[in-house]
Amino acid sequence: MTTPTTMTAPAPTPTPAKTAVRPLRRGPSLGRIAAWAVMAAIVLVTLLPFYWILRTALSTNAGLAADPANPLPVHPTMGGFERALGLQSTKEAIAQGGAGGSLDFWRYLLNSVVVSTLITGCQIFFSAMAAYAFARLRWRGRDTVFGLFLAGLMVPAIFTLLPNFVLIKQLGLVDNLLGIALPTMFMTPFAVFFLRQFFMNIPREVEEAALLDGAGKVRVFFRVLLPMASTPVLTLAILTYITAWNDYFWPLMVSYSDSSRVLTVALAIFRAQTPQTGVDWSGLMAATLIAALPMLVLFGCFARRIVSSVGFTGIK
Amino acid sequence: MTVASTRPPVRPPRGDGALAALFVAPAMLGFLVFLLWPTLRGVYLSFTRFNLLTPAEWVGLDNYVRMVNDPIFWDSLTVTVEYVAINIAVQTVAALAIAVLLQRLTQSAVLRGIVLTPYLMSNVVAGIVWLWILDTQLGIGNEIVAGLGFDRIPFLADETWAIPTIALINVWRHVGYTALLLFAGLQAIPNDMYEAAKVDGASEGRMFWRITMPLLRPVLAVVLIMTVIGSFQVFDTVAVTTSGGPANATNVLQFYIYGSAFGRFQFGYASAMSVALLVVLSAITFLQYRLTRAGHTDLG
Repeated sequence: MTTPTTMTAPAPTPTPAKTAVRPLRRGPSLGRIAAWAVMAAIVLVTLLPFYWILRTALSTNAGLAADPANPLPVHPTMGGFERALGLQSTKEAIAQGGAGGSLDFWRYLLNSVVVSTLITGCQIFFSAMAAYAFARLRWRGRDTVFGLFLAGLMVPAIFTLLPNFVLIKQLGLVDNLLGIALPTMFMTPFAVFFLRQFFMNIPREVEEAALLDGAGKVRVFFRVLLPMASTPVLTLAILTYITAWNDYFWPLMVSYSDSSRVLTVALAIFRAQTPQTGVDWSGLMAATLIAALPMLVLFGCFARRIVSSVGFTGIK
Repeated sequence: MTVASTRPPVRPPRGDGALAALFVAPAMLGFLVFLLWPTLRGVYLSFTRFNLLTPAEWVGLDNYVRMVNDPIFWDSLTVTVEYVAINIAVQTVAALAIAVLLQRLTQSAVLRGIVLTPYLMSNVVAGIVWLWILDTQLGIGNEIVAGLGFDRIPFLADETWAIPTIALINVWRHVGYTALLLFAGLQAIPNDMYEAAKVDGASEGRMFWRITMPLLRPVLAVVLIMTVIGSFQVFDTVAVTTSGGPANATNVLQFYIYGSAFGRFQFGYASAMSVALLVVLSAITFLQYRLTRAGHTDLG
């Protein structure tokens, strides 16, 4: 894919309004020390549960019962992870406090990846096309249609869920990955709104230069404007991916079997499969960690972008 | 090129109608099929008796009459409101505190990242983790409670504790996100104002009430509306921690709606309750918008 040579204008990256705010430097007053102490407490409360997941996942259930307050893993073992991933025999699993039910975590992981990727890819591509039409093309009824889309922002998700379930059922897509993805695959009002804002801010000259070179508007969109929009598109994509990955209610409605079960739903089922002896906490925490890991990795790769995007995408 | 700089921007030729239709078509399809149609259909279904198996049968206002006379509905509405009140009160204050601390103490992006991490977890993961931490017998939370010399608290198994506990679990997951939204709002306040106030000898507290709060108000209003709408739809955490129990103490509205639809196959009744929820949310949005004068900003 070659970009037209006329495209020399630097891509206008939408930087969040940054007035150079600097913290007011003061001596180590009592107030500042107190403020830092509060901050430290907040960080502790935020992060400690993550450590506790890891510590529990690496312990044995017997060890947890014997020494619940030990800050380190009790009788360190990978048994929890093996159970969560279905690598243990039923007998072994039950002996270690698991439910012994089969759980195909790789399957759920794949389902989650498929659904989230499908939603993110399609939603953002189609929303970008619409956003371009709303921002850059001239057609009758444009503002009316856009107004209608915006009004869609007002409808809370809960309200469309039941009728959407009825529709998906009538389409025969219950217990199907496509059925999970479909309702948000084409657009969300927010995505259209968000990308339209960006396209509106690209100077006309950029587009005109390409048009003068004889490129059609479709070509201009795909070769010029869409590449220029890569920053907001990626930002939106990451947030959409996280949202799709974490969704529970809708997939719970639509999926009934392993074939369409995503990680969030599988995890809740794992939690509900309480064995006779008590909850398999170490297996459950291992499963939790596996379910959360992809988002933590995503965060590791794009932390800066995600953090700044929350302010920029603003009010979602 | 000298001409180019002075002439008004050339409008593209009129009438991109066909192309626009092509570009809007997929999004339009999604909008009509999965947003507009379900909205209308949801209202329609609320006037029917419908169990998915046989065609919907028009029953007029029956579902609404039933709803008004259903003590469980009112209970679940009360529980939901209780949840929302605790969730919003704690979350807003905590998010504001975090945002201000982030702004006044440091510009560290790492700290902002840390604050956001729980947001990456799903509600399901957050629910399960806290279920474990707060476990009566083995949870570290209760170990600490016991270590401090108190009786162990059955956080999620007790009628009084369950809703506040679920509200706080969701605060843990969402407060960072809210804080960053507010932080972004704070960034828009010119630093000169703080400098000037400092020269005048204003304390941090005074600056907070005189500068930060008034100028942040529009952002705060929008964030509030957003979080109220979000928290009214609590479901995931309840589903994995208490399943509505003990004794309906955490039977929030959305959980009751889900149960009516998928547990008892009363889709018509469930739809009527969804309409009620929609009305409540619209009313709150409207009221909040008016009360906080969200449209106005004091910032020039």
